[in-house]
Amino acid sequence: MTTSPRKKAAKEIIIDDQFCKGCNLCVEVCPRKVFSGSSKRSRAGYSMPQATDPGKCSVCFLCEMTCPDLAITVIEESP
Amino acid sequence: MLPLADKYLRKRTLPLIFCPGCGDGTVLNVFLRAVDDLGIFKDLSLVGGIGCSGWLPTYLQSDVLHVLHGRAIPFACGLKLTDPRRKVVVFTGDGDCVGIGGNHFIHAARRNIDLTVIMINNGIYGMTGGQVAPTTPLQGRTQTSPYGNLEPPFDVCELARSAGATYVARWTAAHPVQLLKTIKEGMEHPGFSFIEVMAQCPTQAGRYIEGTSNAAELLNLLKKRSVSLEQAKETPPEEMGGKYVVGKLHHLTGKREFTQAIYDNFPQEKSR
Repeated sequence: MTTSPRKKAAKEIIIDDQFCKGCNLCVEVCPRKVFSGSSKRSRAGYSMPQATDPGKCSVCFLCEMTCPDLAITVIEESP
Repeated sequence: MLPLADKYLRKRTLPLIFCPGCGDGTVLNVFLRAVDDLGIFKDLSLVGGIGCSGWLPTYLQSDVLHVLHGRAIPFACGLKLTDPRRKVVVFTGDGDCVGIGGNHFIHAARRNIDLTVIMINNGIYGMTGGQVAPTTPLQGRTQTSPYGNLEPPFDVCELARSAGATYVARWTAAHPVQLLKTIKEGMEHPGFSFIEVMAQCPTQAGRYIEGTSNAAELLNLLKKRSVSLEQAKETPPEEMGGKYVVGKLHHLTGKREFTQAIYDNFPQEKSR
């Protein structure tokens, strides 16, 4: 019997509203479509995206690495 | 706050000054990870030139020189020669590095001095409002090429390689994972490492040259235009127009490094 690899999941996906400038690159680069635009505003007034579907996250960290404002933190669910 | 940002950045300078969607931010993001993975933060000495990319190192709680336009590389050479234990990384833009700074660039590469030069290429002089640069694509419209640029742009990686650089690589801001590996390799390489990062500039190059300020669209353009070295070899030259060859383009080990040569050949003064 073979064991299947543990499926990664995100415990939490935080977009810091102090830094996000609403560029929406996270929405674009996410391979699982976790993010989408929202009506939420950052502290500076930018229209921010939100992680509307965190359950789909595969913890690839592409959003976290791409974000030009270092606004995203992806916290992985511990096994 | 992102734990990496909390660990390495100067809080009072935040939020970052870059435009929304700027490729510079992604390079900073990736650079922090590279430094963290290698554990070399304490040994870093960073130099920034003039331009948006030159602001990058100023955000780190590190020894930073933010110097004159085009002179990041000579200052970096000075830093390295006075204390070879420093891990010197230069952040420069296309205008800073091969425009006004072109001469310093070719000589540092020729000497194979142990620096890591990260040139963020947006094909324009962005910080000053969008003037034509040595890397602006043909026909690109900018503030100083309103009828379309007539000057063929530099292939800066090719320039680096022929000047004598021993590690040459190119990626884009759409390739953070690959860029991370490359930056780490470049920093560990004992010689002149040149890493070109093609980056989107939503406010200037995006609007003037590409016709859009949408960062996501510009990022996709970067991805679409990237071809690997293998793919490039199989593509006829006519179809390579406007494409970027990405990857590790040149890596030579064993060439004498300049700082080592100086210290080996000149007797050091005995400390008093």
